[in-house]
Amino acid sequence: MAKSERVGVAKTYKLYIGGKFPRSESGRSYQVTSEGGAFLANAAQASRKDLRDAVVAARSAFGAWSGATAYNRGQVLYRVAEVMEGRRDQFIAEVRDADGVRPRSAESLVDTAIDRWVWYAGWTDKLAAVLGGTNPVAGPYFSFTVPEPTGVVGVLAPQRSSLLGLVSVLAPVVATGCTAVVVSSAARPLPAITLAEVLATSDVPGGVVNLLTGHAAELGPWLASHADVNALDLTGADAEHRTELARSAADTVKRVLRIPEQEPDWTASPGLGRLRAYLEDKTVWHPMGV
Amino acid sequence: MSVALTERLDDATRDASSLRRFLDGLPGVDQVGLEQRAATLATRSIKQDAKRWAIDTAISMVDLTTLEGADTRGAVRSLCAKAVRPDPQRPDTPHVAAVCVYPDLAATAVEALAGTGVAVASVATAFPSGRSNRAVKLADTALAVDSGATEVDMVIDRGAFLEGRYGDVFDEIVAVKAACAAAQDTVHLKVILETGELATYDNVRKASWLALLAGGDVIKTSTGKVSPAATLPVAHVMLQAVRDFHEATGELRGVKVAGGIRTTKDAIRYLVAVNEVAGEWWLTPSLFRFGASSLLNDLLLQRRAKQDGHYSGANYVPE
Repeated sequence: MAKSERVGVAKTYKLYIGGKFPRSESGRSYQVTSEGGAFLANAAQASRKDLRDAVVAARSAFGAWSGATAYNRGQVLYRVAEVMEGRRDQFIAEVRDADGVRPRSAESLVDTAIDRWVWYAGWTDKLAAVLGGTNPVAGPYFSFTVPEPTGVVGVLAPQRSSLLGLVSVLAPVVATGCTAVVVSSAARPLPAITLAEVLATSDVPGGVVNLLTGHAAELGPWLASHADVNALDLTGADAEHRTELARSAADTVKRVLRIPEQEPDWTASPGLGRLRAYLEDKTVWHPMGV
Repeated sequence: MSVALTERLDDATRDASSLRRFLDGLPGVDQVGLEQRAATLATRSIKQDAKRWAIDTAISMVDLTTLEGADTRGAVRSLCAKAVRPDPQRPDTPHVAAVCVYPDLAATAVEALAGTGVAVASVATAFPSGRSNRAVKLADTALAVDSGATEVDMVIDRGAFLEGRYGDVFDEIVAVKAACAAAQDTVHLKVILETGELATYDNVRKASWLALLAGGDVIKTSTGKVSPAATLPVAHVMLQAVRDFHEATGELRGVKVAGGIRTTKDAIRYLVAVNEVAGEWWLTPSLFRFGASSLLNDLLLQRRAKQDGHYSGANYVPE
């Protein structure tokens, strides 16, 4: 028998909703090419119904995730970093193709993304101490402030930085105890789905992160107007659409994250801005004495 | 089929052995064909205007149900308020068909719903298992109708049915029907087959005919306490039975599906089945009902989404 060339097994990229990997309800998909124009894969093109399902999944996961101890959330986030480390080579190859960068540079981007999970994992049980505290008040009361997670956060992920940008906008959402509905970069969605596979196998409860591949311009308005989404990050939206989306978000009093006009340098140290944006202060006054 | 069937129907109710002959003589159900047809109809696309109509129709067909051991009079009263005005911020929302409670709470519901057009349904006959003697079951029924319930949801004796004692099941339905009629003329009797315990589609067909012959006004899939509860194929079999019964006798009988129907999408699939299997005649609250508790909120959310042009959340409608 003649030795035949092995046919590679191509991966089917799907959405990640409620801990499962469904195809788009619409049945649509689109071609993903590398930065150089070579065909890479077909990705599912999420519809507004997929988005709605994702919000329902995120809402139902919110209770348990926000109620988990900060210590436990930190462990889970650290586990994400561990599992990503195990698939480092795959991420490097995908980031290289998607972002069109040199292998050395892709390696550094992936390492920074993994380190970012660890960095945010460390913050989960320190937020209450750093952003909250006891307040000195002129009266016989204990007054203290605790930061609490806002709820379901809609994220339009960066269009250019396929992995590091995505991790930089996603990790702070889940670190606070919020749950996320993320629309990945439209042209570079493949590292996002691989990240979803990591999340699915690393103790992150189903529904805490929901990742959709598709177009921010199509899904953004539905995400912004959805009454059950509590906060919005418009990083991945076109600059000219942001005002319109923010206005539509205001109808249901969503917190809209303040973001720079251009995609920032994601390799820079992130600071606490994003964590603070997804937390709400609860202040309790308690009478002092007997 | 119809002429021959009419003659056979007259014959069927003469005595227990002719009833058995009739039920055993019913054609068997083609399981694969039935499930395929149910699955195919479930994929039918429904356009916007039809969907709006379907949502309002489904709301008006809901039997808003609470059948918990922890039910209180306060909980029943708040459920009644919700039944009358499902979405207080949208007064154009239709009210539901009925509120369904245990018999001891029927009086509370009757008081809360007087003059609103929402009926009170009460379960009876040792719901949900039906495991008691005839006297207890009739007393249970009397409690429901004396409290003012205008609809009674009875359970059949599944044990007797599975043993093949069709005559006993038949007599019991007749007796409960008589107990209802003794209290008021207008009581609507719904017969719960508990299809999840009947094992086969053939049995569902037999039980449906049995209940219709005995005088049940509505045949109902399940109590909601047994899984699987309502399924589309089972609803198909029951809808076929009421359709054929109508062809043979000219009498219109209803179907109620209960248990496990939680989303608008599910509800619309049942409405499609009603339209395709029984006919559009049946698309009215007097002939088709949904027994549900959480379905109503999903219908309200979808109704709002259609009106507002954006999706809503569970926090925006009352529990």
